[in-house]
Amino acid sequence: MAVKRVRFTFPEELIREPIIYRLGHEFRVITNIRMADVDEHTGWVILEIEGDPEEIERSLQWAEAQGVRVDPVTGDVVEG
Amino acid sequence: MSFATELRCRECHRSYPLQALHVCDFCFGPLEVVYDYEALRKHVSRRRIESGPPSLWRYRDFLPCDADAAIDIGAGFTPLIHAKNLGKVLGLPNLYLKNDTVNPTWSFKDRVVAVAATRARELGYEKLACASTGNLANSVSAHAAAAGMEAVVFIPADLEEGKVVGSSIYGPTLVKVRGNYDAVNRLCAELAGAYNWAFVNVNVRPYYAEGSKTLGFEVAEQLGWRAPDHCVVPIASGSLFVKIRKGLNELARVGLIEEPRTRMSGAQAAGCSPVATAWAERSMNFRPQKPNTIAKSLAIGNPADGYYALVQLRDTNGDCGSVTDEEIVEGMKLLAETEGIFAETAGGVTVASLKQLVERGSIDPDELVVAFITGAGFKTIDAVVGHLKPALEIDATIESFERAYAAVAKAGVA
Repeated sequence: MAVKRVRFTFPEELIREPIIYRLGHEFRVITNIRMADVDEHTGWVILEIEGDPEEIERSLQWAEAQGVRVDPVTGDVVEG
Repeated sequence: MSFATELRCRECHRSYPLQALHVCDFCFGPLEVVYDYEALRKHVSRRRIESGPPSLWRYRDFLPCDADAAIDIGAGFTPLIHAKNLGKVLGLPNLYLKNDTVNPTWSFKDRVVAVAATRARELGYEKLACASTGNLANSVSAHAAAAGMEAVVFIPADLEEGKVVGSSIYGPTLVKVRGNYDAVNRLCAELAGAYNWAFVNVNVRPYYAEGSKTLGFEVAEQLGWRAPDHCVVPIASGSLFVKIRKGLNELARVGLIEEPRTRMSGAQAAGCSPVATAWAERSMNFRPQKPNTIAKSLAIGNPADGYYALVQLRDTNGDCGSVTDEEIVEGMKLLAETEGIFAETAGGVTVASLKQLVERGSIDPDELVVAFITGAGFKTIDAVVGHLKPALEIDATIESFERAYAAVAKAGVA
């Protein structure tokens, strides 16, 4: 089992979608919302996802395919 | 010795020991080094600093590591130039340029890496690592070589050969990662958690970031111990922008300069402008972007200190420029042609933004303005090739020269 922290950023068209609920149902991962700021136009959520590392990765790929931007919690690591 | 006492969360102010930690376990806020300013105040003086070495280590008392064991390849204490020619073009008679292109690996990253590498070695690390598309990789490779540490440097697989050489000459383990920018980014964030190495801008980031303060220290000292009225700084992660002002604040806190009233303005490329976009929308929440700009050294779509950059813009009555790739090239040329400084694309962003902010009325012509030029132009030659005046090609005769020269003189471009 592993725990991964990620930041989801939702575009406006996904604000009304229960993405995190579906992520927890369609993949064998436990989701834990640690911080969030969501309004009618945009939103971000810092999420802890616990599970098998490959299952976590699959769940993140699914989230990205839905249109969620997935980033490391601490911002970009690659610098100029 | 160092006057650093602890790490503290910028958000919830929880304390942490001075270890390789960078994010608060509770609120995910960034950790920052805190000092014993009372003890520091008693210890430092202008004279003590002025008698120090001509490098960033003259500010050793303000840094979170033991300077006696510094990994020193000569970073810092770069020239501050009164840019009269550029100032005349822009209508800024009191314009100064902080020329950080002359650092050992030709960018300001030598400041942050010098401090990070020194602290990493103190903490017992034997390997320095980073993920970078250029400047940071060069600097980590060079400092590790000088320190006898192993360097592991991750770069995107499609990085231009010219940029790879600037790192590989120092002998690091270079790892080319296949995949798009997001994939490289995610992998490196995971590697930083999985390996017990000092990733300079990840797990030792609080120490790394402190190196940028030295730009603020130097500018104040070089101006005769005063803070500028206005700074214009390129924004990538936002850390440099925030730390320059922290440096000025610290000098005031220990009584070496008067309380700064410095306005802080930022500079971004339009093709990667999360901070400038949020600022233009008067929002304190930036939206991450996918970078698409020639200013690769500023291409951070999800800046770690983006929020704090926005706070600083607001609190210091600053403004933030956002310039196109064409304007960046023009900025590089203008800087070179007026002041003899060949900067990389980030310098073009700064100069073009400076021009934009003047035209917008965001800079008062009477202000003492310092613009920060953070990297050398030979790193990004591709950006200007094809935009420069072509050479005259002649036969090896005086007649041939005179004919060619007369033609351009007549056209008024010689």
